[in-house]
Amino acid sequence: MSAETPTVSKSAEALPPPTERYSVVRWLHKNLFSTWYNTLLTIVMLILAALIARGVLEWALTQARWEVITANLRLFMVGQYPISALWRIWACVALLAFLIGVSWGIWGRMQRGGAAAFGALPFVLAMITSDEPSRLALVITGIAGVVGYALSWRWGAALQRVSIIGWILYFPILFVLVSGFGASDSVLPPVPTSLWGGLLLTLLLTVVGIVFSFPLGVLLALGRQSNLPVISWLCVIYIELIRGVPFISVLFMAQLMLPLFLPGVTIDRVVRAMAGVVIFSAAYLAENVRGGLQSIPRGQYEAARALGLNSWKMMLLIILPQALRAVIPILVGQFIALFKDTSLVVIVGLLDLMGIAKTVLAQPDFLGLQAEVYTFVAFVYGVFCYLMSAFSQRLEAKLHAGR
Amino acid sequence: MEAPPRSPSPLRLSRAFWRDERFIQIAVQILFLALVIWLGSVALRNMFTSLRQQGLALGFDFLNSGAGFDISDALIAYSSSDTFARALQVGLLNTILVSLLGIVLATILGIVVGVARLSSNWLVNRMAWVFVEIMRNVPLLVLLVFIYTAFFLKLPRARQAVSVGPVYLSNRGVAVPWGEPTDTWSLYVSILAGALVTGVLVGFAMRWWQERSGRPRPLVWPPLLTIAVIAAVGWIALPQPPLTLSYPEIAGFNFQGGRVLSPEFMALLIGLVIYTAGFIGEVVRAGIQAVPKGQVEAARALGLNPARTLRLVVFPQALRLIIPPITNQYLNLTKNSTLAVAIGYPDLFAVSGTIINQTGRAVEMIAVVMAVYLMLSLLTSLIMNWYNRRVRLVER
Repeated sequence: MSAETPTVSKSAEALPPPTERYSVVRWLHKNLFSTWYNTLLTIVMLILAALIARGVLEWALTQARWEVITANLRLFMVGQYPISALWRIWACVALLAFLIGVSWGIWGRMQRGGAAAFGALPFVLAMITSDEPSRLALVITGIAGVVGYALSWRWGAALQRVSIIGWILYFPILFVLVSGFGASDSVLPPVPTSLWGGLLLTLLLTVVGIVFSFPLGVLLALGRQSNLPVISWLCVIYIELIRGVPFISVLFMAQLMLPLFLPGVTIDRVVRAMAGVVIFSAAYLAENVRGGLQSIPRGQYEAARALGLNSWKMMLLIILPQALRAVIPILVGQFIALFKDTSLVVIVGLLDLMGIAKTVLAQPDFLGLQAEVYTFVAFVYGVFCYLMSAFSQRLEAKLHAGR
Repeated sequence: MEAPPRSPSPLRLSRAFWRDERFIQIAVQILFLALVIWLGSVALRNMFTSLRQQGLALGFDFLNSGAGFDISDALIAYSSSDTFARALQVGLLNTILVSLLGIVLATILGIVVGVARLSSNWLVNRMAWVFVEIMRNVPLLVLLVFIYTAFFLKLPRARQAVSVGPVYLSNRGVAVPWGEPTDTWSLYVSILAGALVTGVLVGFAMRWWQERSGRPRPLVWPPLLTIAVIAAVGWIALPQPPLTLSYPEIAGFNFQGGRVLSPEFMALLIGLVIYTAGFIGEVVRAGIQAVPKGQVEAARALGLNPARTLRLVVFPQALRLIIPPITNQYLNLTKNSTLAVAIGYPDLFAVSGTIINQTGRAVEMIAVVMAVYLMLSLLTSLIMNWYNRRVRLVER
């Protein structure tokens, strides 16, 4: 018997799995023409794809009148925001570019290709644009980004804290710059919210929604997990009520009923819409955060208790950091959904990107150009969503690498 | 003799009552509840005062007064002289119609997309990916408005309608052949009901036979065949066919015969279906990919062919993972159908908006809308939870 026992040679044991190397023909065969029905499918799909691509390209390059976009680009970007105050928006953009540059140099050193593309973008746009002030502003933006990147490349670790504080301060600075304050002859004369519009309004709604609904969502999630029955029940009622109704009805409620609840206080339409966004988004975030909380093993709670931490410290120092980290990709997904959902404010009469699209289509010069205008709007939304999800994927990979 | 050293008695642990944890917990809850009630009552009182100043009293009596507006798509008889309540019913039925049709079609398309994303054919795989990415990165509202204004409203007028077989596309909507019920229709409906019952009974019989004999018996086709045969025999045996098919024809500026589906309805349905299908596709793909490869290999090793592997091993396991997220997508679709208001399809929300504009009864109408959508959401959740319980893993 022992003679028949196969002896495993060392080389056979250590043999690596075969790596597949393809020539073009073999790749084609394996991926497109492996069986007769695959071949059939490939041919049908090829014809379909060619037809779609041809139709779209022919329309986009020969028939579409893109001048409706170029002529109204400022409207699409900032709405009726006064031209004399446009530098404030550009300042926000340049500051954002600087912060992105710094952060990229600190945390994203590996992605040099992306950094180069991102850094070159303002300069390329500056070359394309025909408007002198915008060109100058774009060049300044580009330089701010490059300077930030260079600074962090040189003093990366030292700048970490500065950049985090910078990001936290960015939100109030953004608001002060955009809305202004004081009398109409001050340095930053106030710009009424009725003049905010276009992409600016869409982004502001999103940012406000994220900044305010996130802490609210965390509180609601903690409340739902609480072992105090009254608090947990009230949180459950809030979360399930909001999640059970459409977003547009919450927006309508904010528009129509907030003034009834708070008479005497005049809340303008944009702020009411922001309230609606926050109320709605908080309920969804709460559920996402709850998922993270439930993924924390019981031992973590017990260990925190054993170290003598009280409930607040336990939550803030032990549980929440781990729970939030676990759900970052889901949270970013929720933020993307929030960004897309802000398009609904057009139904309550605000002039966000969609609202501006409607007003542009009412211009007598550009009647009937719905396809061009909405394609552009979809493209803008698509770009931002894509950037957010790409960022989320990088973040996820980085967090997993740390494990 | 020394007095024993005084040690703190273990019984004297009682602290001041405000440091007792149970007391703190109860106090916190009472305070929180009081705060919520106080805020709520202030808000409500303010609301009542401002409503009184506007000369409005809360109540639903106005629902019985005449609506005075027309609704283009109504499933039940409706005219502008009917009441607001009737108008709301029309809107609710439209919402239910769009949601149900949307759920069914989005599920079918979503499964196709999800399977295509897993296809070994590179081209199919990439095309499904492009579809999913477009759907996931563009807001539904933009999609709906695009389909409505840039496609359906751009179609030629009825006279120059584009015909695809018996179907006509024009800016009036999509004209399709439609069955007109004749006198024997109601009789035929009861025959169909009978066929359905018989089919179910046959299904039970086959299952019983399988369990008794211990051998696999066909479970799917005998009941279906039974239903089909009874339905066909009934159709032929009746003195007059229960449905006559009427084809649309261009007549003047409009269509005659058939059924014209409004551009608003079609745009809403198509938009909801393709948008949700993008999301369902991803859910299906994730569910199927989550089934361990060993399961497929084990099934093949047991001698199951690829089709049976998919049907008996992969799919039941994937289903468990797919159902909860797909339920969410169904709920989203129902809630998203409110975007009908942006393209003028009279669903519940759009009708309520019109009523608010006409009567100023914002509080009541928002309450009605929220209550109805809550109930629809609850109903969908209940059905899907029941289904989920049926397919989930039965553990010992």
